[in-house]
Amino acid sequence: MTTEPFVFSDEQHLLRETVRDACQRAWPPEAVERTANGPWATKFWTTLASELGVVGLTVPETLGGLGAGVVDLTIVAEELGRVAAAAPMLGTTLATETLARVECETAATVLEPVAGGQRLAALVVTDDAGAWTPDRPATTARSEGDGWRIDGAARGVLDGAGADDLLVLSTTDEGIALMLVDGAADGVTRRAVDTMDLTRELADVTFTDAQATLLQVGPAVVDAVRGAADVATIVLAAEQLGGCQTMLDRTVEHARTHMQFGRPIGTFQAVRHRCADMLVATEHARSAVYHAAWAADVGIDDVAVAASLAHVVASQAHTEVSGGALQLHGGIGFTWEHPTHLYLKRAWSDATLLGGRAFHRARLAPLLEPPRA
Amino acid sequence: MTDTIGTDRRTGVVVDAEELVRDHPPAETGAVAFLGAQFDRGLAWVHFPTGRGGRGLPQGRQADVDRVLRASGAPDAFLRNPIGHGMAAPTVVVHGSDRLQERLLRPLFTGEELWAQLFSEPGAGSDLAGLATRAEWDGRVWRVTGQKVWTSLAQHARWALLVARTDPDVPKHKGLTYFVVDLHHPGVDVRPLRQLTGDAEFNEVYLDDVEIDDGWRLGEVGDGWRVAMTTLMSERKALGGRSSARGDGTIGDALRLWAQRPELRTPADEQHLLDLAVRAEAQRLTGWRHGAEQGDAPMGSRGAIDKVVGAELNQAVYDFCMRVLGVEATRYTHPGPDDPHTTPPADRSLTWKFLRSRANTIEGGTSEILRNIIGERLLGLPGDVRVDKDVPWRDVPRS
Ligand SMILES: Cc1cc2nc3c(=O)[nH]c(=O)nc-3n(C[C@H](O)[C@H](O)[C@H](O)COP(=O)(O)OP(=O)(O)OC[C@H]3O[C@@H](n4cnc5c(N)ncnc54)[C@H](O)[C@@H]3O)c2cc1C
Repeated sequence: MTTEPFVFSDEQHLLRETVRDACQRAWPPEAVERTANGPWATKFWTTLASELGVVGLTVPETLGGLGAGVVDLTIVAEELGRVAAAAPMLGTTLATETLARVECETAATVLEPVAGGQRLAALVVTDDAGAWTPDRPATTARSEGDGWRIDGAARGVLDGAGADDLLVLSTTDEGIALMLVDGAADGVTRRAVDTMDLTRELADVTFTDAQATLLQVGPAVVDAVRGAADVATIVLAAEQLGGCQTMLDRTVEHARTHMQFGRPIGTFQAVRHRCADMLVATEHARSAVYHAAWAADVGIDDVAVAASLAHVVASQAHTEVSGGALQLHGGIGFTWEHPTHLYLKRAWSDATLLGGRAFHRARLAPLLEPPRA
Repeated sequence: MTDTIGTDRRTGVVVDAEELVRDHPPAETGAVAFLGAQFDRGLAWVHFPTGRGGRGLPQGRQADVDRVLRASGAPDAFLRNPIGHGMAAPTVVVHGSDRLQERLLRPLFTGEELWAQLFSEPGAGSDLAGLATRAEWDGRVWRVTGQKVWTSLAQHARWALLVARTDPDVPKHKGLTYFVVDLHHPGVDVRPLRQLTGDAEFNEVYLDDVEIDDGWRLGEVGDGWRVAMTTLMSERKALGGRSSARGDGTIGDALRLWAQRPELRTPADEQHLLDLAVRAEAQRLTGWRHGAEQGDAPMGSRGAIDKVVGAELNQAVYDFCMRVLGVEATRYTHPGPDDPHTTPPADRSLTWKFLRSRANTIEGGTSEILRNIIGERLLGLPGDVRVDKDVPWRDVPRS
């Protein structure tokens, strides 16, 4: 792993190329039907996990992962974002990062197949209104006999419908706990929700007296989830960065070749200037995302601040750039056949994930501190 | 100690900078003497050649030196001579003869000799290559006649960068030649121009049969446009901002105002300020990343990104300050054109800074021109339809 911020090592460049290649083969631009649980998606995930070995990249080697850094993970996420891959990367990151932070032998046994791509796990931290609530979980768990039972509902669980294992943050008499629930257990209902974004799967999950296993209880659990969410936030922002780059590239190509009034539309300044602004937004997203990744790996900044900054900057950039792409493609951009809609919808839903705008802006309060004299 | 090779490079310059501060404590050493010593040790611009204020290291190493010097309270060479540093030095070191480099760089760095840039003319601002100032070779010297305008700091400067037309019969970009001109030379008339802020930072400069020795030419005859590109690239980078730490630079003014005047706060303003702080941070990180990724390569057109964003951000920050201050901000005493510039720009009132920031999207290339550059050079988009490209300059219509 390189430690000089913003400078990638040769291995990292190679990683990027390998993943890009696989992504582009799996999700060619004309593949406009990108649904998260289609056969395509499953095959792609298998390729990522077993052929490329980039699922569970950051999981420590002792727990069956590769022990790579967040910078590496960010590279993978950026490439997935470029093709708007329908892949359970975000849910998996949340789950593996949480499990790796939890001290419990069962957690390690759940983690290994997830990091290897054989099983899917989802972290359940939202409440019945879909809000991100690591401090006050909306499900409750009680101990019964030598096991546990869980009740409650969570909306908008990332990659939740297809998950084999559910990691549920619950309120118990002993404090906040992380529970493990088998996705197929009695008393668990999961419904994949119809969403504007076709590429990311969200599920509404309810637990009615469902059987559960306690992984860990106490404040450390909340810290584990928060730490995992910071890494997932960086992954999400990196996906958005990849999306920006694709929308920019496609728009520039279009502006170079598409003719009106006898000349390429890119010769018109109104068009060229909007492209220039799209590049500026993309560059800013890139800086904020890479900065956050390096902050997570080598501590050049507070990770919470850096991750939230990446979320805010990348969300702004992705909505702006995909909007610009739609505008500059004209009517064709508004059609279903054109990929812009995939990115535009992703941009607007990504901006609401993992706490969304309000949560991440609130964490940026340190930016309002005046500089030291 | 100055023998810094391989992996010791970083520590080498840091150690040398610390030694410089020890030998010449900034508080007791005059600015000129301190900067002279910095130059002689090759710590002025570490990427310049040895003997020219540098030691042939990657440009990024300069930040390590500057960090040590800033912490010690050393004088800011850039602010003393912004055009010298931002535009002249990078141009002279690439295109100037050994003799010129030897003569010009040290006093430029110390601020003993200030610099100006004689590019713009009343009829040629954005369209710099359309300029009309003539330079004619009389067999012995070049004779220059014409009018320049908006020339910052010319009233204080000793030297200026000049682009002049040496061949009107070829298309505009081909007939230009680049010179260094001595502003103390007979025939140079500098007239301060009062500007929107009230003071006079820039000038009109009339050149009437000014003699320039051929040794003061940079680059070949007719190749002035290429030399000018070096200057313009460096200019954008210099104007793009030099902020280093979070909250430094322009955004710091808004953050200080916010901290010092709690009675003026509204929730909507707080959200707006947060937006500005996020933009400032994205801008700062982008400058940092561009520096890191660039390695030894010149910045090229990427400086245009930092310039366009920096200029618009400055304006947005001071717009914010004006709105927060309300009627209070409208109290303003215009300085006169002859007022001595004793207050450093950074210490002036927010109203002055607000007014001055209106120039940021014009000076050093307008935002429109820079967006064209981003579109054409960075994104490879086709340019405007050009009507004057293949026409001799003489035949191009001018206003
Ligand atoms: C404070 C200040 C300091 C300066 N200092 C110096 C200095 O030290 N030395 C020096 O040489 N110059 C200096 N300048 C001049 C500056 O470089 C020019 O003002 C600038 O390049 C714009 O040229 P112009 O003023 O002739 O405007 P014009 O070129 O006439 O532009 C007028 C408007 O038309 C737009 N426009 C022009 N061409 C195009 C195009 N192709 N596409 C789209 N829009 C276009 C511009 O963006 C602008 O909005 C300074 C200017 C200021 C304000």
